[in-house]
Parts: sequence; structure tokens; C-alpha cells
Amino acid sequence: MSPTAPRYLISGGTLPDGTTSDMLIEDGLLAAVGPEARSRAEAGDGPLETVDASGRIVLPGLVDLHTHLREPGREDAETVETGTRAAAMGGFTSVHAMANSTPVADSAGVVEQVWQLGREAGWCDVHPVGAVTVGLAGERLAELGAMAASRAEVRVFSDDGMCVADPVLMRRALEYVKAFDGVVAQHAQEPRLTEGAQMNEGELSSVLGLSGWPAVAEEAIIARDVLLAQHVGSRLHVCHVSTAGSVEIIRWAKERGIEVTAEATPHHLLLTEELVRSYDPVFKVNPPLRREADVMALREGLADGTIDTVGTDHAPHTAETKECEWTVAAMGMTGLETALPVVQHALVDTGLMDWAGVSRILSSTPARIARLTDQGRISAAGVFETGAPANVTVYDPNVRRTVDPATHATRSRNSPYRGMELPGQVTDVFNHGHPVVRDRALATPRTH
Amino acid sequence: MQAVPRDARTVLSAADIDRALTRIAHEILEANRGPDGIVVLGIPRRGVPLAERIAAKLERIEPGFDAAAATGQLDVTLYRDDLRRSTSRTPAPTRLPASGIDGAVVVLVDDVLYSGRTIRAALDALNDVGRPAAVRLAVLVDRGHRELPIRADFVGKNLPTSTAERVQVRLLEIDGPAGTGEVTEDAVAIMDIADPATAVGKDAR
Amino acid sequence: MKHLLSTQDLSLGDALRILDTAEEMSAVSGREVKKLPALRGRTVVNLFLEDSTRTRISFEAAAKRLSADVINFTGKGTSVSKGESLKDTVQTLEAIGADAIVMRHWGSGAAAQLAGSGWITSSVVNAGDGTHEHPTQALLDALTLRRHLARRHGTAPRGTDLSGMKVVIVGDILHSRVARSNLWLLTTLGAEVTLAAPPTLMPVGVEQWPCQVTYSLDEAIASGPDAVMMLRVQSERMHEAFFPSAAEYTRSWGLTDDRLALLESAGADDAVIMHPGPMNRGLEISAAAADSVRNTALEQVANGVSVRMAVLYLVLSGTETAGTPDLVPSAARRPEA
Repeated sequence: MSPTAPRYLISGGTLPDGTTSDMLIEDGLLAAVGPEARSRAEAGDGPLETVDASGRIVLPGLVDLHTHLREPGREDAETVETGTRAAAMGGFTSVHAMANSTPVADSAGVVEQVWQLGREAGWCDVHPVGAVTVGLAGERLAELGAMAASRAEVRVFSDDGMCVADPVLMRRALEYVKAFDGVVAQHAQEPRLTEGAQMNEGELSSVLGLSGWPAVAEEAIIARDVLLAQHVGSRLHVCHVSTAGSVEIIRWAKERGIEVTAEATPHHLLLTEELVRSYDPVFKVNPPLRREADVMALREGLADGTIDTVGTDHAPHTAETKECEWTVAAMGMTGLETALPVVQHALVDTGLMDWAGVSRILSSTPARIARLTDQGRISAAGVFETGAPANVTVYDPNVRRTVDPATHATRSRNSPYRGMELPGQVTDVFNHGHPVVRDRALATPRTH
Repeated sequence: MQAVPRDARTVLSAADIDRALTRIAHEILEANRGPDGIVVLGIPRRGVPLAERIAAKLERIEPGFDAAAATGQLDVTLYRDDLRRSTSRTPAPTRLPASGIDGAVVVLVDDVLYSGRTIRAALDALNDVGRPAAVRLAVLVDRGHRELPIRADFVGKNLPTSTAERVQVRLLEIDGPAGTGEVTEDAVAIMDIADPATAVGKDAR
Repeated sequence: MKHLLSTQDLSLGDALRILDTAEEMSAVSGREVKKLPALRGRTVVNLFLEDSTRTRISFEAAAKRLSADVINFTGKGTSVSKGESLKDTVQTLEAIGADAIVMRHWGSGAAAQLAGSGWITSSVVNAGDGTHEHPTQALLDALTLRRHLARRHGTAPRGTDLSGMKVVIVGDILHSRVARSNLWLLTTLGAEVTLAAPPTLMPVGVEQWPCQVTYSLDEAIASGPDAVMMLRVQSERMHEAFFPSAAEYTRSWGLTDDRLALLESAGADDAVIMHPGPMNRGLEISAAAADSVRNTALEQVANGVSVRMAVLYLVLSGTETAGTPDLVPSAARRPEA
């Protein structure tokens, strides 16, 4: 960024620690927070733009550990360009692109391609996730070291969409990534117990005649994996935890000092299996929507730190893969542009969490898990670190809007919140000091 | 259950109705030159008790006429021409005398003759259950406004009406405590309806 | 009534209305001229995306007796098997002039989805969807049971329900749309239902359903039921470890000669055996039980036509008005547990 680039004074916003304060962005960095921000802004030279953030929350840029950008392979559903536009509109300054593209991101070549596409798009940092096994086939390890050493500097590895079910392979992967401080993010789904599974297994799946996806299929894998992680002294990340039982197992593992982190999706914090009664495939997702008790357990898990982060599992799908019978419809929902409103609705407005907590679960913790040093630079109490890269999201928590997928930046329209009223809207987003979103609309991409 | 609207104007009392049915019974016998071959079929719902009353009178006049063996009911629901428009009705049973209707003189009985469409449906329905020697039509009230070339052979009362009026027949068997209502005596009443477009009520055609 | 999608959504009033109408349709089937003009000029499409000759023929006979035009469309060798979407298929059928689409589909919920999709304005009749529901089968079973009860009481069936009747449903409850539709409908009509099956073939959460559950068919029969409904069991299920062998299934849950004798002694005097067909003789039902005078299989087939006539008549008449309020299915209404 050239020295003549504009400087930005974010004025009068409420910071995650509850204080109202100004914030100065200069040279892509967070130059000052507090009273000195304004004096320094007025003293310095060059153009200065002021962002009126009064009545708004100023958050560290959000970090998503779980995004499907679909490129390469399914550019009809999403591209890196459209997916990162959606990410920016949702307040994210960093997303992790899952490996289940076509071809699979299981080699240095593919992860570098995705990383490069992200840089070219310029709306949001894109960190490719590397596949654990070749082709997600669960048979042999992909070249994890090569991906780690590539320009994409992959640190998160996952076969997401598929479970690394083979216990030996999972053990080896957990051990191997220690060489470069990586982490395996497990999609916990025992495959035999979930053959043909269509929805949460329970009384409702029996009534609807849909094959069940039992909670035990998730919990059994998580239980096995935390014991494996303990045994080999590795860290483990559990994707999209969806059941109360899983929360219990992770709580138990953490109490024993096992290095496990866990993620929950926004939709599992709000929606329940009751929606499946409509047989509308927009509610079909993997893992499936669960019961009310599971939703409450996940919320409590996030509040007490058992669950570390909210990952969107943004899964765009074309209309034709959703406009069909439930049993053959694709699994997944879009989520980038609704994540923060859902978190506000489910956790903040319910009193379970303050905005410092939101900063923790949506920025600093996922950044730490992925070993990002340029994101989530905020203390647990919600105090921004000055001098850190200026990844900042300004959020208006006071508006209420009815979700209309047609207005979303993502290429796909499979939002389960269609027609629902949710609170809040991202108004401005700074990616490394560059305003990618201004006044509730996309501005310009950052150029490298 | 039929409520009795406040603006209803009674045009036939219970005694009027009874006299009309007695006269119809005599006219039937006269036209048929006796009771031979007569089968009385009521069209549900209110045609059925009227048919039973007429049959009882026939038996009283001509004891050789076995009312129980020569009375029945003919449901026309599935033959109506307004099935698409009217809300779907549950068909009522069709009950014919054990001897059937082939060669009989069938007297169809309904409460109100209006457009004639119900009778058109009844003739079709009759055609599917047998081949009578002749078909006659008896109605308690003929209110005019025919839409088809159909006329009644025996009429209790000719009642000039406008299409903005509704004719309501109340019979103890159906509208009284023995049926589904609270009516205490038979009557035919006439009343205004706000919207003539909805004038074609269930008993008004 | 715009659609018939499930029996879970049917109120007692709706169910009685269909059964009472079916009684009158049945009377027509007994006379010389077996045809009614009620649906003259209307077109009924039988869209069968899963094999079922029996159900299709039954719907076809029903539609034809009501003078409707019938178009049969089966999944094999048609555009559906070439990847055409359900949306395109049904829109094509409606463009051809379908007023009602009778659909058999391999996927649970397909009929409900079609009715709620906005893709078409035709009425939808569920002729069996996956392992969800098969409402007309349950209605014909209820019609059969109701007539049975009326004969016992010497009354006319019209307007009556199944209060006090004890019905045992036996076999592969887990995969059976017939069992589900019957459970909801029979309990709505006041019958007491017992499900008898190996634990592996009981649906998860069955204890929350409005019925008794037993793993012992002998106990269920000894309790003196009025009817025993045997479900078809696919012998392939044993390869998925639902039961060890066909022989063991038959020993424990088949209607064997011994259990037929038990039914003769412990059941109601006029207890009946029901089967949705086709029967697996020797697996879930012995030859003697299948051929017993108690077996209502053929009566069920005849009643099937009457029930389907009633359903087609009710969904296709009065469709130009908003419909009567008592026939609008309330969302997700559950029979009382």
C-alpha cells in the first residue's frame, strides 16, 4: 500500500470490550485505538476518510475455518470471486476454502491455484484447506508437507464432506502435521452408520420415512479422535459439531487436557429438524439439523468455551441440485452473509455472550487454530492490538432485515433463512486496511 | 342446521305443506289411474322425507299401495354439472325398492324446483340404475327461473321469486331435533340474500 | 380437499368423509352400469416412478369408473430415467392437461414436496412415497375394517368409526409406508393399534407413537385382536442384518399355522387377516393363513377401487373454489398419543 493511500478514522464505534472509541487505520495497520486515534488522524498528512461508527459494533475481521468456494470444478455454484464477495459482505476478512473441489485440493498445485485466485479477487484472504487423503478417498495420505510448504502455506487439513474413518490413517495424519504445526479438521461421521442418511435420526425421521443420521455416528468418531489425539500428542479440530453428546465428549476431552478444538455452524445454532417436515431441500445439510436440545447445548458450549469457534460451512449449491426430491437433493446451505446475524440472534441477543465473546469465536480463536498471524489480533477481553494488520468489521446490530437470498453476493440461493427476519448488518469491512465494504455495499477489492 | 333468519317470510305453514302433499298424492293417483307400478324416489336431502310423506298418503288413500316397498331415494351428487364449482359433497346413498324400477312409474320428489339442473342430474342417475316405464316429477315449491326445458307434473305451490331471494324449506325430519336442527314445525320461508351470485344454495336449485 | 398426501394430516372428519363417499362408490361397483359421469372431461395422470402394477391398475379403474381420462406415465423407459427433473415432468403433464396427478415415488416426501412446490396447480394424490406414507392403502384397509365392524354390529358402516377395534400390524414397520399410514389413520378412527416386529425393524422413537409396541407376535395374538395386518417382508433385509435368516423371521414373526390356530382360539370370533399384497407365502404368512377365509385380501382389493374413486372425486370436485375449511389439512397435526 502506497504511503499516499487514504487513512481511515472509524469514529465513535463500540468496541468488543464495551468501550466507545475511535480507531485509526494507516498503511494497512491498526495505527491507534482510543483518544489518540483522532489526534493522530488530524496531525498526519494525506487524505483521511471518516467512517461514522456510532451505534455500531467494531469487530476484528471475521475468520471462517469452514468455507466451500467450489472453485475449481463447480463454478456454476460459486467461484472464488463470488464466494469472497459474499465473505466480505458477511464481515469476513479470512476464509478457509475446503478441499472438496474438482480436482480435490490434495496437492500443492491445486492449493496454490486457489490461493492465487483469492489474491486476485482481493475481497478476503483465502487460505486453502488441504485434503488429508488423496482425492478424499480415505486410502492414503495426500502430500501434506508439500501443501504446507507451498505459497498457500496450508496449516488446516481436512477431508470435509468425508470422514477420515480409518483409525490408522487418522492417527498418522494427526502425527504427521505436527511437523509444520498443522491441524487435522475432522468431519466426524461414521460412514457405515450413516449410509443413505437423510436427516437426524429420531422419532421425526421415522414419521417422515427418511433414513436417519444418528447422533452416535458423530459422537463415536469424536470420541475415537480425541483419544487418538491424546495418544499421539497432536491437536485435533472437529468440524461442525451438531449434537449435545458431542459437546459432552469435547468438554470431557478438554478437561483431560486433550488439545481439541471444535466448531459449530450458524445453522446448527438456530434451526432444528422440525423444518424437514416441509421436505424442502433447502433444509438438507450434513450433518443434519438436530433437535432443540442439541441447539441449546451448542449455544451453551460456545458460551462456556467448550466449542471454540463458529464456522459457516457455507455450501453453495445450484438451483437444480436443490429443486428436486429431498432424497436426491444436495446437502448444504449458504451461510457467509448470515453468520454474524445468526450469531447475534442466537448468542448475543439471548444474553449468552457479549461482543468480546463474538470476537473470540469468530476471529481470534479460529485465527489461532489456523495459525494465522495477521488476523484476530484482539485480546480475550476484547482489546484491539495496535500495530496489527487492520482487519476490521463494522457491524450495525440495531437493524432488522428479512433475508432475501436474491440479494446475496454468493452465486447460489440456498439460504435456509429465506424469509426469516434476522438482526444486524455489516456496514464496513477493512481487509488489511483496504475498505472492501463501505456503507453496506461492496466497495473495491484490495490489490496486491 | 338451518337457522331461521329474522327477515324470513313464511309462505307455507306446516298445515299448508300437508295439504299440498295430500293434493299431490291424489293427483299422482289420478294421473296414473291408480297406484299400480308407482315408485316414489326422493332426492336427498329434503326430497327424501317428502317422498316418504307422499308415499304414506298414497297408502292411506289406496291401501293396496305398499309404501315401504315402493319408496326409495336417488342420489344425484355424482351426476351434477357443477362439481367443479361447488364444494365437494359427500354422496348420499341411493336406495331403490327391492323390485327395482324397471317398468315402474317413477315419481321423483324434490323440495324446490329452480334451475332444473338437479332434475337433469336425477334423470341421468335414474338411467344408470334401471329403465322405468315413465318418470314424473313432484315438487313442493316451483320458484321459476328454469335454465333447462324441465317442468314438474305435480306442484305443491308455485312461488314467484326473484333470484335475489332464497327459498328455505324446513322439515322436521331433517331440520328438527330428530335431524340436525332445532326447527319445531315444517315451513317454507322466503328471504332476501345480500349477493344474488351466491343465491344458488344447496336447496335452492 | 385439494390433495391427499398423508393420513397423518387427515382429521377424523376428513377420514369419515372419504370412507362414507367410498361406501357410495362401492354401491356403484355393485350395479350393472359401473360408471359415473362425475369426472367427465377431467384428466387423471398416474405418474408411477416405482413399479406397482396393482396400485396403478386400481387407480386407473377408479378414474375410469368416474369417467375421467387416464394417462399412465411410468418411470421406466421415459424421460425420468434419462435425468429429466420431477419439476419438468409434472409441468409437462400439466401442459398435457392433467387435473390430478396420482404419484408413486421412490422418495419419501415427494408428494408433499410436489404439492407445496408451486410447480403445478393440479391436485396431487400420494400413491406411496418411499418409506413415508401410502394413504389410499390405509383408507382401503380402514374401509375393510369398518365394514367388518358394521357386519358384526348389524349396522350400516356410514358415519361410523373404528372405536374399540384392536388391530395388530406385524413385520417390517421400519421400511413400511403402509404401516405408517395405517397407524395414523386407524388411531384417528379410534382403533387401538399394536405394532409387532423384531426390534431391528421398529422405527426409532416408536415409543412416542400412539400405539402399543411388542416384540412378541404370540403375545399380540394372544391379546385377542380383531385384525392382524401382515406386512410384506423383503428377504433381502437379512443381508442388512435386520434379522439373521428368513427361517428365523418366519419362526418368530410369521403368521404360521400355529399362530393361525392361536388367532382362531384367542382372537375375536370374526378376527380377520389383512395383507397389502403381494404376499410372500412361506415367509411372513403361511399358505393356510393366506388361504384362510379370514384373509380379506380380495375384499381389500375391491375396496381399493372404491376408496380411490372417493379420493379422486373429492380432490377434483369443487376445485374452483377455496375448498371447505374442514378439509384443509392443519400443518403437522398429530393424532393424539
